[in-house]
Amino acid sequence: MSDLLTVRGLRLGFGKTEVVHGVDLQVLEGPYGLGVIGESGSGKTTIGRAVLRLHPALAGSITYRGRDVLAMERVELSAYRREVQLVFQDGDGALDPRMSVQSAIAEPLAIHRTVARGERRDRVAALLAEVGLGSDLLARYPHQLSGGERQRVVIARALALEPKLLVLDEPTSALDVTVQERVLQLIERLRENRSLGYILISHNLAVIDRLCESCLVLYQGAVVERGRTRDLLTTPLHPYTRALRAAVPELGVGRPPSTRTLVGGIPQTSSVHQPVGQGCSYADRCPLAADICRSQTPVLREVAGREIACHRAEDSLSL
Amino acid sequence: MMLEVRNLQISYRGHVVANVPTLDLEPGQVLGIAGESGSGKSQTALALMGLTRYANGVVTGSMMLDGRELLSLSARQWRLVRGRDIAMILQSPRAALNPTMKLGALFSRTLRLHGMTKDQRGPRMVQALAEVVLDAEILDRYPHEISGGQAQRFAIALVAALRVKVLIADEPTSALDVTVQAEVIEVLRNLRDRHGTAIIFISHDLSVIGELADTVMVMRDGTVVEQGSADAIFNQPTQEYTRMLLEAIPVIGGRSR
Repeated sequence: MSDLLTVRGLRLGFGKTEVVHGVDLQVLEGPYGLGVIGESGSGKTTIGRAVLRLHPALAGSITYRGRDVLAMERVELSAYRREVQLVFQDGDGALDPRMSVQSAIAEPLAIHRTVARGERRDRVAALLAEVGLGSDLLARYPHQLSGGERQRVVIARALALEPKLLVLDEPTSALDVTVQERVLQLIERLRENRSLGYILISHNLAVIDRLCESCLVLYQGAVVERGRTRDLLTTPLHPYTRALRAAVPELGVGRPPSTRTLVGGIPQTSSVHQPVGQGCSYADRCPLAADICRSQTPVLREVAGREIACHRAEDSLSL
Repeated sequence: MMLEVRNLQISYRGHVVANVPTLDLEPGQVLGIAGESGSGKSQTALALMGLTRYANGVVTGSMMLDGRELLSLSARQWRLVRGRDIAMILQSPRAALNPTMKLGALFSRTLRLHGMTKDQRGPRMVQALAEVVLDAEILDRYPHEISGGQAQRFAIALVAALRVKVLIADEPTSALDVTVQAEVIEVLRNLRDRHGTAIIFISHDLSVIGELADTVMVMRDGTVVEQGSADAIFNQPTQEYTRMLLEAIPVIGGRSR
């Protein structure tokens, strides 16, 4: 299988602060899902925006089907942005409150002139049907829709230009569980029908498990573990992945509280960036931290069929 | 029974939005209320806080706290109950904190309004912060200078310091990362164990409710679909809707790629 998107050594920042420190990622030709897991402030949303060139890269390369995305000029960039679409978490904020569903979905068709004016109405109705909504919603405004309906409209709008790659940024986080379930089913159906590749950004490990073949875990702007989703979630090795996995509430009652306490205890300041320097950025929270973890920054290396940036990965294996 | 609610009905301009026949709570007990948007779970919370009247809502029935009928309280009497006997934490804790006040001033003012002297306030604040694992230096910060998880723990510190009897937590972890969610749940568990605070934990996600609740009430379209012990609701749900809510929760290893 060939690569749809390849990112190498991507560095991103805000002003003088670097927040993403050399991230590699790869999305194969669809249907294929790559999951990006991380807490608030880990840099996951910024990476998604950088893939669409909505955030400038300080260093690194982004290659889409063999073409250098960072070097693209206007016309080529415009074509690229037809094939790569961003779906936001919040259907509410992503839709213009003054635009009807019809206008919202037709807007990209008009801007990119991919569908003749006379055919747009039918095209919009077909897109709406594809995401499981009736054409009776065409004249509605965002405030007249439920959260699940809004998120479907956002997805229909993203599909309007026949994209090959989607960046889904927490697509179901704002939804009730039953509505989330239906949106997950929709994404599963679309990925097969349209051979979509996607980057799914989420903090919900079960959602990643369901929709992504492979995934990576970000901690403070760097990849700490990457591999097949099944491997990472069934036998997480990095202490941070292990803590994330342990924090997921499992259905049912009667499990003793001790098994759920966060590994390494409650940090005083979560999601606050520490300056990049010597040592592992997770050392302060890590129950396995040794002297080497505070003096040498771990780099990604292969252990047990996945890549992991941890000096003590072998010790995790025997836990 | 500490809190005893009977035939609670909440309506706006004659339109009934929630009906709760029975809701009982003992000290140290955690009741989970599960339901989707529009199920009436947050309306029930607002009624228990005596806030429905400010949205021109009408509440009928009975809400007894330690033998006292809350529904007949005046606005002035409610102000003494709210925050002291019954308090609420929300999905976005930062929005609940006055952005122009440092957390220390905010904390101190809250305790003063509930009748604590200056000498009592200092030690009470330090102790409450320790209980939620926050450093006292946070008192010198403004709400925008702390993380979402810290803000939620700070809100719980206020509850601990005031020795609130009933805490209503409305989707308290829905906006938080999974590890931060686990911390907040741990802090709520400590609060209940240490002070015997009764908690009404409202969420659309039954798996989060399962972390803490002793009893569970499932709501839909303003009515109670099913209620019982957490054990029964999770292991032997009798209603189709409850089963659907349980099945909608994605689980790791359920349908992996």
